[in-house]
Amino acid sequence: MMYSYTGKILHVDLSTRKSWVQEVDADFLKKYIGGVGLATRLAYDNVPPGADPLGPENALCFACSVFAGTTMPVGTKHGVAFKSPLTGTIGDCLSGSHFSEMFRRAGWDGIVITGKASDWTVLFIDDDDVQFLDGNRYVGMGTTETQEAVRGHFGDENVRVSSIGPAGENLVRFALIDNDGRQVGRCGPGAVMGSKKLKAIAVRGSQPITVADPEELFKETLKLIETSQGPGTAKYRTLGTPSNVLNMNAMGVLPTRNFRETVFEGAETISGEYIEQHHKIKSVGCSGCSIACEQWAEVREGKYKGSRIGLDYEPLFAVGSNCGIDSMPAVIHMVQIEDELGMDAMSCGVVVSFAMECYEQGILTKEDFGGLEPNFGNDDAAVKLIEMIAHREGIGDVLAEGVRRAAEQIGKGSEHFAMHIKGLELPGYDVRSLQTFAMGMAVGTRGGCHNRALSYELDVKGVVDRFSLDPSRGKMHMEKENFACILDCLVLCKFLRNCFDDFYPDVARIFTLTTGIPMTAEELEEVPVRVHNLKKAFNIRQGWTKEDDWLPPRVLKDPIPSGPSKGAVINPDDLRVTIEAYYEARGWTSEGLIPKSLLIELGLDDIAEDIGVEEAVADIAGSE
Amino acid sequence: MANIGYEHVICDPDKCIGCRLCEYACSLTKTGAFDPSMSRIRVVRIEPVTMTAITCRLCEDAPCIIACPRDALTRSQEDGHILVDEDRCDGCGWCIEACDFGAIVLDPKTKDAAICDLCQDQENGPRCVEVCPKDALELTTPEKLRQKTRRAVVARLFEELLEQ
Ligand code: SF4
Ligand code: SF4
Repeated sequence: MMYSYTGKILHVDLSTRKSWVQEVDADFLKKYIGGVGLATRLAYDNVPPGADPLGPENALCFACSVFAGTTMPVGTKHGVAFKSPLTGTIGDCLSGSHFSEMFRRAGWDGIVITGKASDWTVLFIDDDDVQFLDGNRYVGMGTTETQEAVRGHFGDENVRVSSIGPAGENLVRFALIDNDGRQVGRCGPGAVMGSKKLKAIAVRGSQPITVADPEELFKETLKLIETSQGPGTAKYRTLGTPSNVLNMNAMGVLPTRNFRETVFEGAETISGEYIEQHHKIKSVGCSGCSIACEQWAEVREGKYKGSRIGLDYEPLFAVGSNCGIDSMPAVIHMVQIEDELGMDAMSCGVVVSFAMECYEQGILTKEDFGGLEPNFGNDDAAVKLIEMIAHREGIGDVLAEGVRRAAEQIGKGSEHFAMHIKGLELPGYDVRSLQTFAMGMAVGTRGGCHNRALSYELDVKGVVDRFSLDPSRGKMHMEKENFACILDCLVLCKFLRNCFDDFYPDVARIFTLTTGIPMTAEELEEVPVRVHNLKKAFNIRQGWTKEDDWLPPRVLKDPIPSGPSKGAVINPDDLRVTIEAYYEARGWTSEGLIPKSLLIELGLDDIAEDIGVEEAVADIAGSE
Repeated sequence: MANIGYEHVICDPDKCIGCRLCEYACSLTKTGAFDPSMSRIRVVRIEPVTMTAITCRLCEDAPCIIACPRDALTRSQEDGHILVDEDRCDGCGWCIEACDFGAIVLDPKTKDAAICDLCQDQENGPRCVEVCPKDALELTTPEKLRQKTRRAVVARLFEELLEQ
């Protein structure tokens, strides 16, 4: 008997308006757990090789956390996986809160959405009843506006909604899916949803979530809730992630003016401390979260008066320092419209900063921008550009493709400063001054993302020399990557990561108290290794090659011009050697491919047949 | 003893972060499963930053008791919480209509009204108070609350005076 899990995956085909149920057993669930693990498995099984990310054949795969709706703190979350329209690789994302709880209470471990509706549709999953409702009346609405309207239609606050905004409708490649202000943010899931003409997914669940040992589970989770009010989460509970702004600036890591510089003279006024003094309304939490990291801020005067939003570090860097903008009111306003239009604020900020650099270098002109003069620091132009991107107006149509494709179209050397890895725009840490992290992102399965590995900790905390690379980093990075991956499978918020005495035994026990499925620490530790190989296998099958594991030209050629990280640049030879050391640590070939034997050892026999390589004798000889 | 009102659970909206762990914990305690729709305490978030938790306030002159046509509701002599006589209750829902706080739920299984009983059987008192990560919930009486409010306002006045 298993608890919390139902062993049921809902498949929905929008083209035929049919749905069916796939039954899975405890062994299967135990292998992938849930969240990103299960979602990735579903994506592997349902996205055919060579699929067009924006075609009906792409599958949007949701998988719930096994802890959603329970007192396990920060566990009310879900994962989503699909083929990313930005990278062509796996897009594995997380979101959380009320939607995740309803997803679990509706009785599904996973939901797989394929096909394409003939007209705008709202998918309504009411426990095990699936309905296809007219979505036309919501077209053009923003993300939260759509959710309120859909909920209003049912007149029931138990209906929780995930929706796209205009950007998703217009297939902006970095469009997101929003649920109650939490987001399936990166890699363009909103574009995939838009390509299916799916405006919103509404879920209502009425089933109680039963667990194997309610009393013991309550005791364990109560302990964690208490620990989560302690020093391990202090940073997130006080200023939240915006406290990074001044820290990163002081280290010479804060991307400034499209990653040209790493110190921003205006950092003070876009800092967490500044929010706290001038704009803070309140910290709020996701459903099931005991930490409450989200800093709600509002603008009280001036031209952006009335704008308000929950802020994190990443959007602050992206539309702040990276666009040379030092006005907090402007930043709050831009993040709010990005969220409402339904675009990833990180990618969008980096796209705008790319456009600004094109303008300053004369690659694009005032005419190209339809009369705008987007110099760095020009917030009016930035706001306008964000809107043009969401609606694909003028130059916005090119920029909506993301920096990789935009640079390919624009040319004239703009590729040099198109700041992406595998097509995904970079996060808010200059990688020249955090080199373990740089290598980690180069090999990352979803491209320029900081969240799928936690190896920046090694650089930031001084465990290693952050300005150089050597082969020892390969294994160190792998370990951080595995740890991030298990959190994403469970799903537990990364901000809880410092609250466990002994992570694997503790969590294995909590998993068993919840599901009734026996789990040892060793078995749990194998899960992220399996899931990471699965993500890599997905990419290999979709056409990944070794050349894709690389960094943008700027960080390999332009030394950081000033500040504490002055002179830092990544040496391509060292990068190559470290990447190979990472492959070796993973047990992959020097070409980054996965040996059959490894896949079989991980219980991925079917995948070994698809993409596994025979252990090449020449390969091993070559590396000796 | 002078009647100074019954103890009940209140929520400080400034401290509440809207996590709903109180609902999860309450439903687990009362039903053995996580099922917020059965929780005796509910969190209301009317917009992203405005929220609070609400449960039975153990009204002095309880409208639910008065409203019940079958006299199924009575008050506990011990601590004043509302007792539901399951043999009498037929799930008609008059009490739900009478309660200004939406504090009563109808259990779909037993078809009876269910109301906060202050977790009488729990060693550490109400589970919602125990689980709340931000100490937003408190078991208090109107009198204690008045005392606390007075102290807070006086402290604030003096602070302002001292600053001048
Ligand atoms: S259930 Fe409602 S009406 Fe009855 S005592 Fe409690 S708060 Fe008052
Ligand atoms: S547990 Fe506390 S902070 Fe969380 S919703 Fe309930 S009252 Fe608010």
